[in-house]
Amino acid sequence: MATTAVVPVARRARREAFATRRRRREALVGLLYALPAILVIVILFIVPLILAFWMSLNDWPLIGTPSFNAPANYAAVGQNKLFLGSILFTVKYTVVVTVIFVVAGLALALLVQNTRPGVGLFRTAFLLPAAVGLASSSLLFYALYNNDFGPLADILRALGLAHGPVDFLGTPNGAFVSTVVMVSWRFAGFNMIILLTGLQAIPLEVYEAARTDGAGWWKTLWHVTLPLLKPTLLLILILGVTGSLLAFEPFYVLTQGGPSNSTVTMVIAMFREAFTLFNLGHAAAIAMVLLAVLVAINAAQLYFFRDKESK
Amino acid sequence: MTVASSGVKIRRRVGTGAFYSTSTVLAVLFISPLVWSLFTSVHGARATGGRPGFGVDNYVRLIHYGVGLWRYTENSIVVTAVAVVGTLLVSVLGGYAFARYRFPGKNLVFIGALAILMIPHPTILVPLYTMLGWVGMQNSLVSVGLVLVMFQLPFGLFMMRNAFESLPKELEEAALLDGCTNFGALRRILLRAVTPAMVTVGMFAFLAAWNEFLTPLIFLTQGSSFTLPVALVSLRSGEMGAVDLGALQAGIVVTAVPCLLIFILLQRHYVRGFTAGAVRG
Repeated sequence: MATTAVVPVARRARREAFATRRRRREALVGLLYALPAILVIVILFIVPLILAFWMSLNDWPLIGTPSFNAPANYAAVGQNKLFLGSILFTVKYTVVVTVIFVVAGLALALLVQNTRPGVGLFRTAFLLPAAVGLASSSLLFYALYNNDFGPLADILRALGLAHGPVDFLGTPNGAFVSTVVMVSWRFAGFNMIILLTGLQAIPLEVYEAARTDGAGWWKTLWHVTLPLLKPTLLLILILGVTGSLLAFEPFYVLTQGGPSNSTVTMVIAMFREAFTLFNLGHAAAIAMVLLAVLVAINAAQLYFFRDKESK
Repeated sequence: MTVASSGVKIRRRVGTGAFYSTSTVLAVLFISPLVWSLFTSVHGARATGGRPGFGVDNYVRLIHYGVGLWRYTENSIVVTAVAVVGTLLVSVLGGYAFARYRFPGKNLVFIGALAILMIPHPTILVPLYTMLGWVGMQNSLVSVGLVLVMFQLPFGLFMMRNAFESLPKELEEAALLDGCTNFGALRRILLRAVTPAMVTVGMFAFLAAWNEFLTPLIFLTQGSSFTLPVALVSLRSGEMGAVDLGALQAGIVVTAVPCLLIFILLQRHYVRGFTAGAVRG
């Protein structure tokens, strides 16, 4: 009796020890595979993030020793006229660009969602600008907007939409519209392809059911397609809002923040603080403010969409 | 009956006509800036030296701009190679770990990777610039490439995890039974199966690194280590006198052509990898 009881216990203990050893080995192998990713995240992301916070608490010149001065940098952010002015402009730009991204992306995706002869060519044509870098796109449109070199002014005059020289980048409104046009050209196809993957995930039966219920095209779009497309639309919103709040290249290259600082975005203001005025502590404080704003906005978007879904 | 069906037919034909005319107009609008750039790079007085027709003068001036076009291209190739190879290495190994293993801190690492998406790039670039100064790696092309690996990590890790998760476990168990080591199974069997996802991750890393502007602008302090986009923008600033828009067009063409080619050639692969990831995500 005693021996029969002992053997299974010993066997179980051995089996358990074996299982623990196996699990530990598995954890070790898994950790080993993940190690490069962990190193990249810690060294290139977590440590700099902590350093950014520390820098924002210090007077940190580009050359020379830093000294603790909190919260002077944050107080200076509140008095930085260039940065404060850039907030309103960046928000205006973000709203306009995000609306265009959603509407144009959706319109293009609906246009090319059905398989027809040649539809692949159209998709590629719309998507092609996305392969060109943002800096190159800005340079390309800089040349297009040039009255002597580019054809755009001639085209507008030929269409009767303008008379005399057209100042694409010389006035605040002109510079704003010109930049929005360039950014829309660059990103419309990219948003189209993301929405297209979302559209194609909607089962055909749903459309058939809507048709048997007698819903027209517009009703189907509004009551069937858009609600089912919500997760994809959220992705576009987050990418669009994040990208435009942090816009840099279009304004650095195309307008250089001008005319007379009318197109300075928040990141341009931060860049100037860091690399024109060499005040890294102050720039880090702006960076931390940007980070807080971005996290709050993205959290709000996620919350807003989740809330509606559960209703 | 016949009246109704012919009405439907007419409506469908009108719809088809509307589709093709709208799409063609839009396609022309999207493509024409690119075609114009290519055309003006070889046409006009600055391209031909005043003669009619076509010429390559813009490209000749571009080749001799600054420290030379080849040097800038070489710099871009170094940054892009580090970024693409690094991104693939880190995301394939990491994606495999996340799809197949349980290890302590797994969720924490994944949240850390996703947090990279939420952080404004400039927020992280200013302290990174300071850190690189401590280890004497400012003005280094390799460090630009490594930082770009970090920016690409969330997308790469996410795509590769989904790709590995969609494979049946039996695939590697069979390989292990055949006497493969764990790493051998990954190398010989699984990598073949996740190639579409790797193509997608690699292509996005290529496009991002080749076109990246802010990171090299901040990190690279000497003109001789500029990448193509930074060199082009400094050309546009007219540091060498008046702005040479002809050479600028040539530069845009040289920078954009590799991206456009890769984009079109790999289209079949990345669309598959993209939709697979999107459906699972």
